[in-house]
Amino acid sequence: MYDVIIIGAGVSGAASARELSRYKAKICVLEKEEDVCCGTSKANSGIVHAGYDAAPGSLKAMLNVRGNEMMEQLSKDLDFLFQRTGSLVICPDEEGMPGLQKLYDRGLANGVKGLKILTREEISAMEPNITDDVYAALYAPSAGIVCPFGMNIALAENAYMNGVEFRFNTEVQDIRKTEKGYEIHTGQGVFHTKCVVNAAGVYADKFHNMVSKKKIRITPRRGEYCLLDKNAGKHISRTVFSLPGKYGKGVLVTPTVHGNLLIGPTAVDIRDKEGTNTTREGLDEVISKAGQSVKNLPMRQVITSFAGLRAHESGAEFIIGEAEDAERFIDCAGIESPGLTSCPAIGEMVAEVLKEKLRLEKKEDFIATRKGILDPNTLAKKERDELIRQESAYGNIICRCEMITEGEILDAIRRPLGARSLDGIKRRTRAGMGRCQSGFCSPKTMEILARELNVSMSDITKSGGNSRLVAGFTKDLL
Amino acid sequence: MKNYDIVIIGGGPAGLAAAVSAKRNGIDSILILERDKELGGILNQCIHNGFGLHMFREELTGPEYAQRFIDQVNALGIAYCLNTMVMDISHEKVVTAMNRTDGLLEIRAKAVILAMGCRERSRGALNIPGYRPAGIYSAGTAQRLVNMEGLMPGREIVILGSGDIGLIMARRMTLEGAKVKVVAELMPYSGGLKRNIVQCLDDYGIPLKLSHTVVDINGKERIESVTLAEVDATGKPVPGTEEEYSCDTLLLSVGLIPENELSSGMGVQLNNVTSGPDVNESLETNIEGVFACGNVLHVHDLVDFVSEEAKTAGKNAAAYVKGERSAGGGREIRLKPMDGVRYTVPISIDTARMSEDLTVRFRVGAVFRDCYVSAYFDGERAVHTKRRIMAPGEMEEIRLTKEQLLKYPDLKAITVKIEEA
Repeated sequence: MYDVIIIGAGVSGAASARELSRYKAKICVLEKEEDVCCGTSKANSGIVHAGYDAAPGSLKAMLNVRGNEMMEQLSKDLDFLFQRTGSLVICPDEEGMPGLQKLYDRGLANGVKGLKILTREEISAMEPNITDDVYAALYAPSAGIVCPFGMNIALAENAYMNGVEFRFNTEVQDIRKTEKGYEIHTGQGVFHTKCVVNAAGVYADKFHNMVSKKKIRITPRRGEYCLLDKNAGKHISRTVFSLPGKYGKGVLVTPTVHGNLLIGPTAVDIRDKEGTNTTREGLDEVISKAGQSVKNLPMRQVITSFAGLRAHESGAEFIIGEAEDAERFIDCAGIESPGLTSCPAIGEMVAEVLKEKLRLEKKEDFIATRKGILDPNTLAKKERDELIRQESAYGNIICRCEMITEGEILDAIRRPLGARSLDGIKRRTRAGMGRCQSGFCSPKTMEILARELNVSMSDITKSGGNSRLVAGFTKDLL
Repeated sequence: MKNYDIVIIGGGPAGLAAAVSAKRNGIDSILILERDKELGGILNQCIHNGFGLHMFREELTGPEYAQRFIDQVNALGIAYCLNTMVMDISHEKVVTAMNRTDGLLEIRAKAVILAMGCRERSRGALNIPGYRPAGIYSAGTAQRLVNMEGLMPGREIVILGSGDIGLIMARRMTLEGAKVKVVAELMPYSGGLKRNIVQCLDDYGIPLKLSHTVVDINGKERIESVTLAEVDATGKPVPGTEEEYSCDTLLLSVGLIPENELSSGMGVQLNNVTSGPDVNESLETNIEGVFACGNVLHVHDLVDFVSEEAKTAGKNAAAYVKGERSAGGGREIRLKPMDGVRYTVPISIDTARMSEDLTVRFRVGAVFRDCYVSAYFDGERAVHTKRRIMAPGEMEEIRLTKEQLLKYPDLKAITVKIEEA
């Protein structure tokens, strides 16, 4: 019998697991995919919002501001990339000023620090590539950018270090209320638990509705993005949003923590909870709208495009806490933007609820920090040379675009909750995430995976399940 | 810090031929840096024949062609490091490289020859919509998997793009027992050599659909089908022409991009059309003593011409190191591509430094039949050669002689263009 079972190993599930791992409790995370960070958490803007968007008093507003405040220390404790770069909301004309002022006022009410409305001159001094059609902008110095994979993986690894179990390829099929708690039926057997945390992203409604009569509805809201080469990464240095205006809701343009440029997302409600495909219309929209706020975007530098699904709940608010008519079933639902920013605070909130429910006691041996995969590019030449002498795999470059060594890939596979697929390695090390999009390194990475996992090359997958990379061996079909 | 007269970045066909040429022109201190586990570069995975027709008057496979140069490198005692990645080259020609045994290496070079080759354009660069399942490979990656690792990327194949590697892979996959359903090409003409269309598609009954592209990729885990559609003259898909092809693999052969991250890092000026360095008659970049050849300079169709170009680069680098090069400062003549000519290599000629004759290589932007390649020396037409057919997939060249240029003492620019009959 578990004390807590968390459904979903995305950022909310992982943040909840990590916060709960401070306490003496038996905790397990069930994840339908083969790895952490496989749903909404892996395909989003990677923005740490300042907190001026949500209505004052809402959970979204509160947790956004709190999450933003926690982010810097958390990124140091858990060794993931975060940069407080600041953001701008672009207002194209005088008619937009009341809207901009409203954001400013909301920000103040929500407790966002340092907000300032900038003039056209101030903006172009700050960001020379902002469109000439700018009238004013809201500057939020506390906004930032984060590596969503890095944060999710760090939270999960730290939770694991502190005793949380993770079960992958374990899809929840049914949840039944029992006298002592819940019975969770999965493709890998039945699990018993006193409490459930429903952090299932776009599927959170399905699980909530299994135990509660007060139905909720999560609509997958698709957002498409284009990612540009690092050559374009310095085009702007802050996240640039557009004020919703005469062209409808704009898209953002942002540098990423790794030095790429990201543009997007669109916002289209769809039915298919697995509908992470991009569309011609969506990509065209991203490209045309991004050009409205930032000029001279080098669109020839696009290296990939992708789509993510926001878990949009009909009330447009986070639903966090015990379901009204299902005791010990804790929802963590409707976690759309600013979910990534809020997740450290969401984890805190979930843990707080469960601490009360289960009267949990703090552990004395909680490990609050975690070291990520060493990036040899951050070392001085002498240190790097020394590292290669100690571990020669760090002298072998596998991904030439991102300059990722075999040493980093081995670390990604061998560490707790290690990578089991090409995408798992990509999210942990960036191997394959560069301009050639894994053309050169995928055969080499596959070979390392096969060797380390002691499986055949034909068993290596892109992302688990049936995503096998090769169909067999030559001459098989002859 | 080690010191070499010439450091060559890349041990593929360009690097090898440049090394041999530099050595034969009197330079002993040469180092080739190769990132892969053997010399030969991309030729090692090109196990089909057709290499060397111009260079050796023989039909060789890729590895055989490479071996001819590797043998010369070994016979001449030229030094090379394998499994060694160049991380950075400074403007002052200090090369920082890395491998397992030596750790970080710093090498000071008097001259550098850039010979890093090219990479394949990816799906992302084309912004093809759809899912992102397993089973989407660039043709070159698939070629490596099949020819070097003995792995089959899939069984039912659709190929987008009719570049040479895609055509070669259509044949290879067929020979390995896979079913190649169709090759789609966005342009109204093929991007590859005519001989490859005949020998790799026609001979195996594989349909080539010109003016078609992939408009959707289906399948969440492994690719299940792709949707092709016809495109109009502007390259936009025509609604209503969609056709779905079930397949487990999509190969992309949609263009090659010279890999010039190291070059631009050291301050080498790149050309917008070729994505390779702008070079003068000596194949020297804007940085003195830094030369470029092969696919890093501009993408070639035939390795024979890579070797020829690299030989020139090696010879010029040797002359530079020995200080035997003319001081230059003769007239600098600019080469200007126009009317159907997309670019020229080189982009400028210093008559004081040019050899007796000079090959100017270029590509055309469309298919031309029964046209002339003309070169105007300032206003005067000095070259006018008839070509039965020219296509973007086949590199063209004209030859200029020093004698010819010296006849025009005030010459400022040579315009290369295509003219109707």
